[in-house]
Amino acid sequence: MFDSLSERLGRTIKNLSGQGRLTEQNVKDTLREVRMALLEADVALPVVKQFVESVREKALGQEVLGSLSPGQAFIKVVNDELVAVMGETNSELNLAATPPAVILMAGLQGAGKTTTVAKLARMLKERHRKKVMVVSADVYRPAAIKQLNTLADDIGVTFFASSVDDKPVDIANAAMAEAKSTFMDVLIVDTAGRLAIDEDMMAEISQLHSAIKPAETLFVVDSMTGQDAANTAKAFDEALPLTGVVLTKTDGDARGGAALSVRMITGKPIKFIGSGEKSDALEPFHPDRVASRILGMGDVVSLVEEVQAKVDHNKAERLAKKMQKGKAFDLADLRDQLEQMVNMGGMSALVDKLPGGGALPPGFKAGAGDVETRRMIALVNSMTPQERKYPAVLKGSRKKRVAAGAGLQVQDVNRLLKQHAQMSKMMKKMSKGGMAKMMKSMQGKLPPGMGL
Amino acid sequence: MGIFSFLKRKKSAPEADASQHTNQLPASASDDNSDESSASATPQPASDDRQLAAEQTASLEKRLTKTRSRFRDTFLDFFLGNKPIDDDLLEELEGQLITADVGVDATQRIMDALNNRVSRSEVNDSDALREALTQELLDIILPSEAPLEIPDSDSPFVILVVGVNGSGKTTTIGKLAKQLTEGGKSVMLAAGDTFRAAAVEQLQTWGERNQVPVVSQGSGADSASVIFDALQSAKARNIDVLIADTAGRLHTQSGLMDELKKVKRVLGKIDTAAPHETLLVLDGGTGQNALNQAEQFNEAMGLSGVVITKLDGTAKGGVLFALAQKLPVPIRFIGVGETVDDLQVFQAQPFVDALLKVDAS
Repeated sequence: MFDSLSERLGRTIKNLSGQGRLTEQNVKDTLREVRMALLEADVALPVVKQFVESVREKALGQEVLGSLSPGQAFIKVVNDELVAVMGETNSELNLAATPPAVILMAGLQGAGKTTTVAKLARMLKERHRKKVMVVSADVYRPAAIKQLNTLADDIGVTFFASSVDDKPVDIANAAMAEAKSTFMDVLIVDTAGRLAIDEDMMAEISQLHSAIKPAETLFVVDSMTGQDAANTAKAFDEALPLTGVVLTKTDGDARGGAALSVRMITGKPIKFIGSGEKSDALEPFHPDRVASRILGMGDVVSLVEEVQAKVDHNKAERLAKKMQKGKAFDLADLRDQLEQMVNMGGMSALVDKLPGGGALPPGFKAGAGDVETRRMIALVNSMTPQERKYPAVLKGSRKKRVAAGAGLQVQDVNRLLKQHAQMSKMMKKMSKGGMAKMMKSMQGKLPPGMGL
Repeated sequence: MGIFSFLKRKKSAPEADASQHTNQLPASASDDNSDESSASATPQPASDDRQLAAEQTASLEKRLTKTRSRFRDTFLDFFLGNKPIDDDLLEELEGQLITADVGVDATQRIMDALNNRVSRSEVNDSDALREALTQELLDIILPSEAPLEIPDSDSPFVILVVGVNGSGKTTTIGKLAKQLTEGGKSVMLAAGDTFRAAAVEQLQTWGERNQVPVVSQGSGADSASVIFDALQSAKARNIDVLIADTAGRLHTQSGLMDELKKVKRVLGKIDTAAPHETLLVLDGGTGQNALNQAEQFNEAMGLSGVVITKLDGTAKGGVLFALAQKLPVPIRFIGVGETVDDLQVFQAQPFVDALLKVDAS
């Protein structure tokens, strides 16, 4: 459903082939595609307009027009502009206040405030060695206080018990006094979800704000939010002096255009993103990654980082040398490759980060060979070293034995051998200097910064 | 809402007294004259519903008034009076549809249809454009209008409620339970959200408020087992409706989606028809991701209905149109506020009317 921007632009630019470069008129068409891509990613319309205008200025007159691959150059301009707009990788909390430093959370219903309180508390406790107290001023939703209580117990931070009969301001003041007398470093105040148009509730939270004078006022926003993110962020920003934004539920497949809207409208930095249900799933915000996600280009940077962190470089080097010497790619090498893939969270984790991968159905990702990969490893494991080195020796009875050893069928062995044959063919081509040729044929299909 | 308010100014006077009327509920039957545009435009499904529909429109309008005025401030200046239709007007309209989360695809379709009419000179001024737009919008969502009907039966009617985190499942269940109880049904709740802290307590609170039994096993239990027990117990106690809560889950997490499939499988062991209704709860503020959610929950569970919550905040609900166009699943309820009565049966005509009306103030 969601074509990535690269695909969209690819189509537009294909129509121009023969002209070889973008003209001013074509830039207009291309910008329309950018606009559509941003709208599909739920970036708010006023923000899109403003953004497209600034991209137009940058794109015209720049090297885009003269570039050999204008499409790629264009995407780069868009991407860079997105990063620039979302900029400031300021993920640090400013807690330089007289202790206890207060963090106030605000947001719509169901944005993920309480969960974020718990994640923040855990992060401050474990990584910053702070004494943390949490308190819930949500006297409206049933069991909201109990929810925070349970979470606080789980992560081992102090919970200040509040009652639904109290007023939120009283709760906050009492918690503040308690935090002071028990020498807490940080007090995190959870609040009830509220609509930006609910004047009474907005008045309540600004009253709360002036009572406890928080060092940080964080606006929690669901990454799946639609066009209304802009209005909501504006209203909250006017009612409260926000100091930062937390983007939640980024582990879904939403493109998270809300991030851009909120950032551009409030001008406040996005400090953290919530990326899972567990209490440690809170990450610092990287504008470049969210930018490529909004454009549907996948999180290639994270992928590269992950590969760098997890791939066994010695093994990789050994394989490269072996290939250069013109030696065959045997089954043991195949197994090494497969194991490294499993190490990185398997195919599904990789596909997630690839361009367009987010749009694939979950069934596909789950089935994208994680089970298959493990089976292949098992098959190789039940072979003798000689069989791994010279797969040709695998005939009927050996195949039967290998299949039985891995708990699989002979057909599975055959499939493995076929795949191996294909891969070793490709490896041979690559080692004969076909690499450059291959990359060339792939150019244009890869996001910027990845190809040549 | 009010997204199209800029198109419409002339009719504001009669509507002013329409909303005043309907503030006093008993008098709302006399709305017929002010309501004539909607009543005559399409035949009402059943004339008994008419008063109800009028009340609901009024309530919807009230909810949406706040946001509407905001848009009016922004756009009215451009469209004072009966303007001829030009590209600017159409482009502005397109922008408004997009801003209402209608989505690029659905917007494109609506705009194409409108452009067609304009080029055939069927539509000449902004009033006619508004009429045409009403028709287009109705065409899209009318097929999604299919209220939930609970037949009389010996075995409990099982409603399984699913959705992503924070979409408003538990709150919707609470409200639904109240409404069903008031309608004379005996209701039981199953606390199937065993993951989130205090989710069980939250549902229990709703149970206490409505004096409805809640079956639970504490957190960390197997959700399918809780719901299985609940169905057994509901059967034994001759309950009419069992509403099962589940933990919020992102539709991309296939492991958690499998867990839902298990719930369905297990229920089938007691009653092959259960769950009779699988309701997806969607946050009305969600953007185009709502489509992914609906598609993937539908693929995993076979949805029979959708509830759209929190429409009072965004007051837009454009995502309804995107959804109706993409997926043929009925929209059962919409949530337009915090009180129990704010969970309303979805009706296309009042919804579109409320969407396109301009408030008088």
